Amino acid sequence: MATATTAPASRSRPPGGSPAARRRSLLQRRQARTAWLLALPFLLLFAAFTAGPVFASLLMSFTDMRSTDVRSPFAVDLAAFDNYTALFQDDLFRKVAGNTAIFVLVGVPLTMVLALAAAVGLNNITRLRAFYRLGYYLPVVTSIVAVSVVWRFLLQPDTGPINQLLGAVGIGGPDWLGDPSLALPSLIVMAAWRNLGTLMVIFLAGLQTVPRELLEAAEVDGAGRWHRFRYVTLPLLRPTLLFGAVITGIGYLQFFEEPFVMTNGGPLNATRSVSYYIYDQFSFGNYGYAAAASYVLFVAIVALTAIQFRALRPKT
Amino acid sequence: MTTTTEAPAPVRAGDAPGGTDRSSSRWLYVVLTVGLLAMALPFVWMVVSSVKPEAEVRSIPPTWLPETFTLENYRELFDRLRFPTYFMNSAVVAVVVTAGNLVFGSMLGYALAKLDFRGKRVVFALVLGTLMVPGMVTFVPLFVLVSNMGLTNTFPGLILPYLVGPLGVFLMRQYFLGLPDELIHAARVDGAGELRIFWSVMLPLTGPALATLGILTFLSSWNNFLWPLVVAQTEDMYTLPVALALYSVGQNATQYGLLLAGAVVVVVPVIVLFLAVQRYFVQGIAMTGIK
Repeated sequence: MATATTAPASRSRPPGGSPAARRRSLLQRRQARTAWLLALPFLLLFAAFTAGPVFASLLMSFTDMRSTDVRSPFAVDLAAFDNYTALFQDDLFRKVAGNTAIFVLVGVPLTMVLALAAAVGLNNITRLRAFYRLGYYLPVVTSIVAVSVVWRFLLQPDTGPINQLLGAVGIGGPDWLGDPSLALPSLIVMAAWRNLGTLMVIFLAGLQTVPRELLEAAEVDGAGRWHRFRYVTLPLLRPTLLFGAVITGIGYLQFFEEPFVMTNGGPLNATRSVSYYIYDQFSFGNYGYAAAASYVLFVAIVALTAIQFRALRPKT
Repeated sequence: MTTTTEAPAPVRAGDAPGGTDRSSSRWLYVVLTVGLLAMALPFVWMVVSSVKPEAEVRSIPPTWLPETFTLENYRELFDRLRFPTYFMNSAVVAVVVTAGNLVFGSMLGYALAKLDFRGKRVVFALVLGTLMVPGMVTFVPLFVLVSNMGLTNTFPGLILPYLVGPLGVFLMRQYFLGLPDELIHAARVDGAGELRIFWSVMLPLTGPALATLGILTFLSSWNNFLWPLVVAQTEDMYTLPVALALYSVGQNATQYGLLLAGAVVVVVPVIVLFLAVQRYFVQGIAMTGIK
């Protein structure tokens, strides 16, 4: 807004100044009109289908709204914090919150390490780099539902190729998705496989901004390859790593398709996530309660973002 | 924006500091290739198994290459299970959603980047603030809204909530900011109206940004699951991911070959599309990711 300084004067006073000033204020009015004309369709749709529901969800979470109230959403009773109290007293919710926390706390570092390794590898080759990058990125564009269907069969104990491969080297593979202690880790590995491409591309772009002179200077000072990576590259990559951690964390907090397709949330709720819980409550018709659970998830997303910003903030 | 990932890397294997020797570079290729196989094998296995007869898919031990080649699974998908309908539904929704995001996103993006108006900062902050609001948070009231509009189980119901999005505004604004103001000044001197300047002078210059946004939007719509799952209530309105997910937990849950063929139908079109336009895609990741 470079012209902001002249704006108040020309707006508050009738144009009596120089012709140039008059022309300017006319232009400004025309610009503002055009801007609102261009903005209006977006803002209407946005208000109705995005911003509105964000607030409606919050309001709904303080009511006892059920599916039978759909036609009269304003006739429901206030329930104050009842939904939230019930939520935190529900053993199943605590279980799914724990599962979701594990998914994020294990999944994000795993995905980041794999993606960083791939990015460093790709940054150090010249031939076929675009080809490798494409290959590592490919799963990202595919439907999670579809890859979940595929992985469900990959992980089958008897007919799946993963246990077949393990058997070839003498390891008896377990029933990955049927074992309560292995099901969630299996989903985490699949998520890392599906998502590492995004981070790899972002990290690769970050690696290419590391000034070569710095690496050379460190080498002159006698720093080995690992030390150059650890003390030169990695600190410079900090903002990129932060961004990667945040977007991956936000995604993983909402994991839903994987257990929906692969395990139905089982065995023994070992893979049921907060999102799955919200969807179930919605299906049962408990709209107010589902909205409360979704707001807890939302707060977790905001909190995770804030914590990660703090944790990866450049040290001063 | 310093975002071209295509730019030659400052550090290369051959001349890297430390004088990388040839054998370590060879090892790097070996490791990267093993990784690449791990990324690709699930897809290979998906395609290969989808052309096996059911009995062979379930054989113990599994076969790698099909001993009997059959298109029976695809025939069943398309003749008995209405996959053509799901495919069309997914395509219609994705195309309209993409068009909406391109048109409305570039309109607001231009206004925010190049026009002066009161409330500009507030509008931008509001839109940007929802960039990380997940669908999980809004779908319950959204469903109530769409129900009251009588739009459940309809195309408008599937489409409207996704017709505009913050990503489009963010991307287009960034791109418009990079275009010189002189173009606008010159057009004004020539007597062009403001809308005409947007439409005929500035918008045609945003090709790469439109392409990036278009692909990102199309893919996320094609792969979208939660909302269509909630709003599509009869089979004739299912999108591909909804149909595939419900079949895989329903009565077809153990028809491996059939479900894998379904996964092929969902995945292969986007892989083909992605390979055709991947230049813009990688650009887009960098554009949204790093400034």
